[in-house]
Amino acid sequence: MSTATLPARVDIVDARKSFGTLEVLKGVNLTVKPGEVTVIVGPSGSGKSTLLRAINHLEALSAGYIAVDGEPVGYRLRGGKLHERREKDILATRTGIGFVFQNFNLFPHLTVLENVVEAPLVAQRRNRQEVTAKALELLDRVGLADKAGVYPRQLSGGQQQRVAIARALALEPRIVLFDEPTSALDPELVGEVLDVVRDLASTGTTLVVVTHEMGFARDVADTVVFMDQGRVVESGPPAQLFGNPREERTRTSLSKVIEPAFNI
Amino acid sequence: MSVITDTPVLDDGTEHRLTLGLHTGAVDTAPPDPAALPPAAELRVVKARHPGRWVGTVVVALLLAGVAWSLATNPRWEWGVVAQWFTAQSVLTGLLETLKLTVIAGTLGFLLGFLLALMRLSTSPLLVGVAWTFSWVFRSTPLLVQLLLWYNLGYLYEKISLGIPFTDVRFFEASTTTLISQFAAAVLGLSLNQAAYSAEIIRGGILSVDAGQLEAAAALGIPAWRRNTRIVLPQAMRAILPNAFNEVIGLVKGTSVVYVLAYSELFYTVQVIYNRTQQVLPLLLVATLWYVVITSVLSIAQYYIERHFSRGSVRTLPLTPWQRLRANLGPRRAVVAPPSERTPEA
Repeated sequence: MSTATLPARVDIVDARKSFGTLEVLKGVNLTVKPGEVTVIVGPSGSGKSTLLRAINHLEALSAGYIAVDGEPVGYRLRGGKLHERREKDILATRTGIGFVFQNFNLFPHLTVLENVVEAPLVAQRRNRQEVTAKALELLDRVGLADKAGVYPRQLSGGQQQRVAIARALALEPRIVLFDEPTSALDPELVGEVLDVVRDLASTGTTLVVVTHEMGFARDVADTVVFMDQGRVVESGPPAQLFGNPREERTRTSLSKVIEPAFNI
Repeated sequence: MSVITDTPVLDDGTEHRLTLGLHTGAVDTAPPDPAALPPAAELRVVKARHPGRWVGTVVVALLLAGVAWSLATNPRWEWGVVAQWFTAQSVLTGLLETLKLTVIAGTLGFLLGFLLALMRLSTSPLLVGVAWTFSWVFRSTPLLVQLLLWYNLGYLYEKISLGIPFTDVRFFEASTTTLISQFAAAVLGLSLNQAAYSAEIIRGGILSVDAGQLEAAAALGIPAWRRNTRIVLPQAMRAILPNAFNEVIGLVKGTSVVYVLAYSELFYTVQVIYNRTQQVLPLLLVATLWYVVITSVLSIAQYYIERHFSRGSVRTLPLTPWQRLRANLGPRRAVVAPPSERTPEA
């Protein structure tokens, strides 16, 4: 499916985040080019999820900023200062940024269709007929056209995650963020979700994916970013990062991350 | 699969061996010969006997029969008097007042309680503090005292006026005693008291909803008010409802406290009657039976409302008692819930 909206560019400038005394992000600089698929990998606690959540301001940075298409997220740049935006503006920004959670976070008391149409109706005030038609089209695209009237708990984990992806796409975002989309799934359900992400990647939407699925990163990513201890250690095309990493830390860490995945 | 052998040596020097892996011992049970087994069609199931259960049932049945017999035959219950007053005009008028107070105080109480719960969960320290103090004050003073205080507010403040503070501008002014009638005092006391308790119940319900739900709604750009009313509250209802019905049922009987204001609700009406006729117990029974009736209706309502809010949280809704009764009594065929209540197949 073609999206009328243009894919977004993301610039992360010296992003820092502390939780109390714990510094999770220690100055991250990263550029995500429009239409590219960026996969962030790294050991647990390396700050990848926090970075992703900061892109749509679910987490406010302690210092530094993130700009989507040159516009700082959550702030307005004026007179050399970042002025905090009002909640309403932040919500409007978020409708352009899709987010897919590790635990799906579907609304269990709403049907699949109601889950998908809620945000376009309320946050974007679009016409119900148009939104419903679009939602059914999206559900069809993720292979769940027949589940529109079902409640999320009646679906498998893989199906729920595919609904969550359809829900994120219903806002016609210019960028979609995936926070370990397959980590809560049984191994046999991982493939169906990754297929949907792969299909999405081919449409030219900007995607940022945090994942432990190295095979997926190798196949789909334009850029793989390796993070460790709150910093970007190395980034580059998958062939380079997996085949011939520049940094010793990447080499040792990736061998640790990759090994368990193939050793069952 | 690999065989892992771990042999820690215990303190006493003996070796403790833990072996995980493929079981390689010989199979010692041969599969039974199918020809030797009896065919299933000829076998009947004989249910296990539960003599203890029978003894218990008989004892409880005898006790119940005894209670019923004493209720029916002891003339001092004066069932004739109960029947005579049960539907008397004055009693029904009192009943109506009780229902009126319950509905008004319940509605106002829960609405205010919802606001207080949101205040308590807000990020503003002032709002949190005010909501906390409200609950603290109204939960720590007896309802009886609150009612008397509201009714005697005229003693503390002669006039109530609405205007701009620190100026002489007054939009509205009235004497307190004409403004606060028995009814107003009863509604004020019951509502505010109810709000303090329901605020905590609603807050508890909201806290029971997974934080990921709010996060997902925020990530989708759904505005705060809608997040609360559409996403969080319907899910919180499952935790709120059992406690809320406790409160409402408590409120039905709690309205009897307003007899101190000589407000003629059910309990006060009954008191007035028995002070005149001296038939104290039968008239208390009249009031009690009406409270039982109201509570029973509320309990049935509770069942169906809870069932409504369990949508999506169970794979298939259980049959209602009525549907189950029909399933047991009706012709032997598969009972399917009506289409409106059926949850689609996974």
